[in-house]
Amino acid sequence: MTYEELIKQTALADDRLVVMTAENRALIRNLPAVLGPRFIDTGITEQTLIGAAAGLALRGRIPVVHALATFLTLRAFEFVRTDVGIAGLPVKLSGFVPGFLSDGNGPTHQAIEDVSLMRGIPGMTVFAPADEADMLAMLPAIWASPAPAYVRINTRPATYEHAPFEMGKAEIVAEGTDVTILTYGMLFEQTLVARELLQAQGKSVGLINLRSLKPIDEAALLNVARRGSLLVTVEDHFITGGLYSILAEVLLRNQLTARVLPLALEERWYRPGRLSAVLEHEGFTGQHIAHRIATALGENGSTISAGPAVLENQFAE
Amino acid sequence: MTDQKRQELEALALRVREHIVRLSTDGGCFTGASLSCADLLVYLYADCLNVHPDNLQDPTRDYLFLSKGHDVPALYGTFVELGFLDKERLARHLCTDDHIYWHPNRNVPGVEFHSGSLGHLPSVALGVALDCRMRGQDNKVIVITGDGELNEGSVWEALLVASAHQVNNLTLVVDRNQFQANVATEDLIPLEPLGPKFEAFGCAVRRINGHNFNQLEEAFSALPFSDTKPSVIICDTVRGRGLPSIEARADRWFCNFSAEEVEALLRELHGETPVALRSETLTVR
Repeated sequence: MTYEELIKQTALADDRLVVMTAENRALIRNLPAVLGPRFIDTGITEQTLIGAAAGLALRGRIPVVHALATFLTLRAFEFVRTDVGIAGLPVKLSGFVPGFLSDGNGPTHQAIEDVSLMRGIPGMTVFAPADEADMLAMLPAIWASPAPAYVRINTRPATYEHAPFEMGKAEIVAEGTDVTILTYGMLFEQTLVARELLQAQGKSVGLINLRSLKPIDEAALLNVARRGSLLVTVEDHFITGGLYSILAEVLLRNQLTARVLPLALEERWYRPGRLSAVLEHEGFTGQHIAHRIATALGENGSTISAGPAVLENQFAE
Repeated sequence: MTDQKRQELEALALRVREHIVRLSTDGGCFTGASLSCADLLVYLYADCLNVHPDNLQDPTRDYLFLSKGHDVPALYGTFVELGFLDKERLARHLCTDDHIYWHPNRNVPGVEFHSGSLGHLPSVALGVALDCRMRGQDNKVIVITGDGELNEGSVWEALLVASAHQVNNLTLVVDRNQFQANVATEDLIPLEPLGPKFEAFGCAVRRINGHNFNQLEEAFSALPFSDTKPSVIICDTVRGRGLPSIEARADRWFCNFSAEEVEALLRELHGETPVALRSETLTVR
């Protein structure tokens, strides 16, 4: 099953679904022939794309709307907030190549404030699948929900067999006593590697794939925070407004504190390049993540061995 | 249009203008902008569109989207006169326990979508028009924009897309009252020649006097102007129409009159002496 196949099957079974794009057809190239007038390409017009999606949703449709994550969330932000958010319409935003997946496109294409922006809209739900399998597990529930939704589209092949998706529930991959890694999206793959490397050093490492950032699995966050071990948030997003902020909000709301190491982008744009080069340069390969965690635990991180090579992203736009 | 029909519409529009004037106190409203499109809204709801209090959920009804949200007092007045909305609700203008405020919202019966932020509803209306066409329904989808609103690129973006998709059931109506907020349009961001601009964007265009019911009927009866293009009707109007003391003035966009001035303006509306307004009672935003 692919992303395109899932949309096709769902749309053929439910004529409320319409597929829209601002000429970002990489993952949905074969749908026009199948969906006919229910495939609507507005050209490079993110604002009109969102406004028209709201109009279609007013008429009972469920628009699944594709554009590059950064333009979908930033350029059309006021349209998302005003036409979709205020109206509370079930428009499903599919943001392509979010965060590090933008590869060599440079800072104009870096969607690294998207989680912050989208979760700031009342009623909007926000999802970040770890890989394609994780995404396919969650999309049916997201499309079936009456809420507007933003999904960080991620079609990287899975290196982990995921549990079934439950709305608002995180995936607890492992529990650990020394440290728990909290992450979402494509960096899940690297945190799996980091966990292996740290386990090889004798550490007990927990790992949680958040999946859904809004609603957030507050119970899962509180549960690991109460254990008192180091928490590490790992995200290809600005440190403001993403998972680190969400965790801080949850802890404060529950009058808790914790020792937290945030691995995120701090007040800077990251250097574009091939995915493996970006992760290496920015310190987000499994090995780098393990090294940074070991250092935070007071260990000499230099004994961390190398992880597997990062599979290059297949950017197609 | 028969003389009798025209006189009925004129009488209705006068009552709508009374509502607008009455809303222009105790916090005020966008009086000038509302008066310019009162005739247009009265014509559309009373005599043109298939939308009335009994079919507001019917997907085959005609749709009207008010993109220039400042005109909402004209919409409230029209809705009260035509039975969409209880008159008592206008007394709750700007009260937080109701939804009667300076911009349209869907908590007011008949309002299809909220607006206020400019340049949004052309694309929302486009989505509605696309769906009507997909379902083989031939209902009209009208979106009213201000002329100042045409500064927003999203209006033109939506027209490009509507034109490319040959959405002929979508009609953009421009309330061309020559002002945007506090400034004359031609002094700030000139729009003329306006008709050719729309034509260049692939639309079929007519330009009429937006206060003349005969011309309104002629234009709207001819929709769609083309089988393959969206239609545009430019309505030349006068800001503040009906009240000589505030007509065509840049500083009579948002008005907050004293109760005494409202009474005097209502007399002016009915043809008595123009009111000498004291400028300090007016608020310009």
